[in-house]
Amino acid sequence: MKYTSQMVAKPYFIAAIGLFVGQILFGIIMGLQYVIGDFLFPEIPFNVARMVHTNLLIVWLLFGFMGASYYLVPEEAETELHSPILAKLMFWIFLIAGAATILGYLLVPYATLAEITMNDLLPTMGREFLEQPTITKIGIVIVALAFLFNIGMTILKGRKTVINLVLLIGLVGLAVFFLFAFYNPDNIVLDKMFWWFVVHLWVEGVWELILGSLLAFVLIKTTGVDREVIEKWLYVIIAMALITGLIGTGHHFFWIGTPGYWQWWGSIFSAMEPIPFFMMTVFAFNMVNKRRREHPNQPAVLWALGTGVMAFLGAGVWGFLHTLSPVNYYTHGTQITAAHGHMAFYGAYVMIVLAIISYAMPMLNGRKAANSAKSQIVEMWSFWLMTISMVFITLFLTGAGILQVYLQRMSDNPLPFMVVQDKIELFYWLREGAGVVFLIGLIVYIASFFIGKDEAEPNEA
Amino acid sequence: MSKKQLMTTKITKYPPGEIIIWLFIMAELMVFGLFFAAYAVTRIDNIELFELYQQNLDTTAALYNTIALLSSSYFVVRSVIAIKHNQQQDSFKWMVLAIIMGLVFIIIKTDEFAHHVSNGITLSTNTFYMFYLSLAFFHYLHVILGLIILSVIARNINKGAYSAKEYTNVETGASYWHMVDLVWLILFPLVYVM
Repeated sequence: MKYTSQMVAKPYFIAAIGLFVGQILFGIIMGLQYVIGDFLFPEIPFNVARMVHTNLLIVWLLFGFMGASYYLVPEEAETELHSPILAKLMFWIFLIAGAATILGYLLVPYATLAEITMNDLLPTMGREFLEQPTITKIGIVIVALAFLFNIGMTILKGRKTVINLVLLIGLVGLAVFFLFAFYNPDNIVLDKMFWWFVVHLWVEGVWELILGSLLAFVLIKTTGVDREVIEKWLYVIIAMALITGLIGTGHHFFWIGTPGYWQWWGSIFSAMEPIPFFMMTVFAFNMVNKRRREHPNQPAVLWALGTGVMAFLGAGVWGFLHTLSPVNYYTHGTQITAAHGHMAFYGAYVMIVLAIISYAMPMLNGRKAANSAKSQIVEMWSFWLMTISMVFITLFLTGAGILQVYLQRMSDNPLPFMVVQDKIELFYWLREGAGVVFLIGLIVYIASFFIGKDEAEPNEA
Repeated sequence: MSKKQLMTTKITKYPPGEIIIWLFIMAELMVFGLFFAAYAVTRIDNIELFELYQQNLDTTAALYNTIALLSSSYFVVRSVIAIKHNQQQDSFKWMVLAIIMGLVFIIIKTDEFAHHVSNGITLSTNTFYMFYLSLAFFHYLHVILGLIILSVIARNINKGAYSAKEYTNVETGASYWHMVDLVWLILFPLVYVM
């Protein structure tokens, strides 16, 4: 580690992993509720478990992005972080606000939470993924502004690199698009449309810039390939991500009351969204093949390569499966969407955050470059356990989705929703099993931080 | 530059420019290709509607634009040849001419769009206009991006950044510009003429 202020990344990474565990536990609970409807009812109803599962995902990924930025930006800018104290302060504010919000979901009815937090003054609650009380949303904006100020000032005073620039554009975009969470028009069509400005333009827009820059950073560090080569790839990948991703928002506008041309725009541009992800796969493997060094931290390289492959499969291929409007007419809001959502989030964003944690954590723990060989083996086991189980979660949900589409929407005698849910129960059990294996993988991942702690790291080959 | 010099300029590397731009070009052509295919298929089902409204398009303006882009591409080629012969001043002049012709395209096309807007035509007017406006505007944005790339290259040529030994970036920009030109050469007959 070159700069002491990079140390502020550590609590962010630890919090990210802690919240990740919470997310998976609620995923397991919810998976069980699919087949045992009254499991943990009335303490944790399905809608609350779902809210906690998805909100924790977003919050821990944000912790991961922030930690990654605090680690990466000083090293790229070749200067200390502008204000480590501000970063630490924001960490506690964000963590406390996040924990209070989750507790609010769990302890009081949602309507009461809205009342307590005075949602009626500026109503923003009640929309999927944006369920946070308005006061939490304001907190997120304050944390984001302080974070951007800190990162921006560091970049301004130091060396300007393409990685830092792309990361900064991604982070500014993340903050700007979140502002649409405060816009809550009465017209339901406009409401839905602008809701996607947060949800889609995050994960299929500006987050891809963050993903690209983090991947490029890990690849530069672990492969030793020339920065110029990696930067050129990054330019093209983000250009393609923006061209396809921004207009590709249209694939959410098929059935919400927006003009008909979105059927074409949404279909064509989103059909091209796999391209930047495919480029990322080619990029990652190409750079590793051209490597000039054998980095001693093998799990970091594995996570980086895994990101390329799984993001392409989850976001690219599984997204393409149901993105064309004539197909989406049947698949909209079925388990096909859930299958895509799981693998896309895992492949693109979970894996890149784990890649940067894997790369940075040994240094943050005072090591030279890597954990002990024993720890690395355990971490690589966790990689395969989580990744393979996620593939199976996706396949089982896809199976469930195909059956659901057929039985509920395409067969000669379409069946009601709940009847179909009973018929596809087997797939939900299988998905739950794969989910448990994922949890085991996560426990193994956490164990890797404690195993072989006192042993020396392998030397660079 | 003599005719002999032109004849002796060989492609020393294939494909010219950075390999990454070719990936980008392929990706761009896939997006346009998909749009063109969708246009062609939809036209089969709505042939009368398409033929009726195609008559409202300004073919003369489109012809001028074709000439503008083709000559611009030619000037870019001359610029690349000049830099390969270490003639930086010539290369700069050709590149500026290419940019001017690109700007001519933008002016004519902007006028066309303004005409449609003043007639109250939008993406929702009918299927033909949806395709025409989408394709033309998407291409228009590419011309603007191409012009930005050519302008950066022209500035760098003027600063002496490129020479007979190092001209990869000039070829990279030229390759992208030819792609923009190529797309127009499909768009023009497909949407305006056929």
